[in-house]
Amino acid sequence: MTRSRYIITVIALTLLLVLLALACLAFGSVDIPVGRIVDILSGKGSGNKAWDIIILQSRIPMIATAALAGAALSISGLLLQTTFNNPLAGPSILGVSSGAGLGVAIVILAMGGSLGGLLGENVGSYIAILVGALIGAGVVLVLLIAFSMIVRSNTMLLIIGILVSYLTSSVVQLLNSVATEEGVHNYVSWGFGNFSGVSVAQMPVYAGIIILALIGSALMVKPLNAMLLGSRYARNLGVNVTRSRNVLLLITGVLTAVVTAFCGPIGFIGLAVPHIARLSLGTSNHSRLIPATILAGADIALLCALVSVINPHGIIPINAITPIIGVPIILYIILNRRRIQYFN
Amino acid sequence: MKENNAILTARELAVGYRNGSQTTTLLSGLNLNLEKGKLVALLGQNGAGKSTLLRALTCDERPLAGSIEVNGRDLLEMSQKDRSRIIGLVSTERIQAGALTVTELVGLGRQPHTGFLGRLDDEDRAIIQQSMADAGIISKANDYMASLSDGERQKAMIARALAQQTPIIILDEPTAFLDVASRIETMRLLQTLAHDRGKAVLLSSHDISQSLMLADELWLITTDREVLTGTTQQLLADGAMDRLFLNREIHFNPTILDYSF
Repeated sequence: MTRSRYIITVIALTLLLVLLALACLAFGSVDIPVGRIVDILSGKGSGNKAWDIIILQSRIPMIATAALAGAALSISGLLLQTTFNNPLAGPSILGVSSGAGLGVAIVILAMGGSLGGLLGENVGSYIAILVGALIGAGVVLVLLIAFSMIVRSNTMLLIIGILVSYLTSSVVQLLNSVATEEGVHNYVSWGFGNFSGVSVAQMPVYAGIIILALIGSALMVKPLNAMLLGSRYARNLGVNVTRSRNVLLLITGVLTAVVTAFCGPIGFIGLAVPHIARLSLGTSNHSRLIPATILAGADIALLCALVSVINPHGIIPINAITPIIGVPIILYIILNRRRIQYFN
Repeated sequence: MKENNAILTARELAVGYRNGSQTTTLLSGLNLNLEKGKLVALLGQNGAGKSTLLRALTCDERPLAGSIEVNGRDLLEMSQKDRSRIIGLVSTERIQAGALTVTELVGLGRQPHTGFLGRLDDEDRAIIQQSMADAGIISKANDYMASLSDGERQKAMIARALAQQTPIIILDEPTAFLDVASRIETMRLLQTLAHDRGKAVLLSSHDISQSLMLADELWLITTDREVLTGTTQQLLADGAMDRLFLNREIHFNPTILDYSF
């Protein structure tokens, strides 16, 4: 019964992914007839140079960026929820995204105007931003591990995560006050969230790291499932809990940092999507949860990307859309705690 | 008691807390043998060190001193993986397994025996079925853990430990949250596992009369931090039961096998 439910869910999520990707291809700030888009994709070209460029160098990279970002953030959320045994954990609420963001801010503001656009084609600059994000996310994760050993309460850990976010944003503001105007502008526009920041040239790095980390998470199914029983049972099942937790948090940090560096600090997807996956599958078993979370995350991010580009008055920031999708889901699960199996 | 019947032997064991450089010893100089095919109940008042002793035996906490051997091998020096095939645990920890079916939960018990990705083969599946049958929970095999009663949950956790196929099963207060009927059922089940399946079963409990009636051997932690071991008859004859609680108002009443004023 659960197996057929899994297969149906995976097929449905995949179909939705295809539909959303096609929609993102067809809609945008510039109207391109569907027939021409087919021509461009089949390699014939539309006869309109601008349209060719929009489809091949803007819309297709944006679709790939959004789908991978959604998958990456959702898996980050899932891994955090299982490792910290906390259903309300996620990369943004625990401050991991903010940590990555602080790293990005330091790099952007330090480089100031020399950056020439946020993530220009200058390989050095985006690698620097990536490294900044990794270090920032890593520092927050180490802090979270330390705090989780002192405060045993899940709620307190979430509050600590929120405090970390406040702290990083105040540090960023302090940095802004001494930064160049262009640096500040770059940082602010990065903060809106944006799936158009990965160029064709940067795509191999972005996609490569995310895909490797996603494969890494799929290889951790066994310890993840053991951790559902808590660390004592996991140890008793032969899991090296400390090492597994460190590997899982490393994967989380890499996924969050890469997405944050390229797309900005995107909230709610990481927290909400694992719940969508659990609710639609009716299981906490990670061997099924991970594929469903990847697909659902890609779907949600593409939906956000689609909404952001179909506004005739200009692009809506991604971070204005994710709460509208994420908050109702989170409220739903909080209000229905007693009726949802995985809380009981 | 002959030591060569023992599957687990603790020598000069000391257990307690480590808090930075400070150590607090709760129990020391313990020499304990756990034998195959026996149900052993660990009794003592709250804070006496029952859980601490069990945490040392399951290697969740390193003992302050002494050694623990299983079949002549040093348990403390073993890899986590090897230990997971020797001792199965049932504790009172809260678990997030409500959305797993009983079969999936019991399947986690196969982890010490499965490969890197934890895939189950036909043999694993047969063992899972058998474990659920032995623990009397097979009728709920496809039910969510969240839908079970406390007693059924405990049976599922015991089935999980059985699927682990360890010669030793250690249970930290397995009957703590259960009603009387489930308590008796659980104790009976554990007795059967010891007697019929040859497991060495060690459990801590507050349920004195059940333990005295059903356990083959008792480990009593007295108020002066000694651990007395023996059969119910031996310990009753020695008056050991009156050394279990500090309260002088209550006394052990052998006819009801429980304490009264």
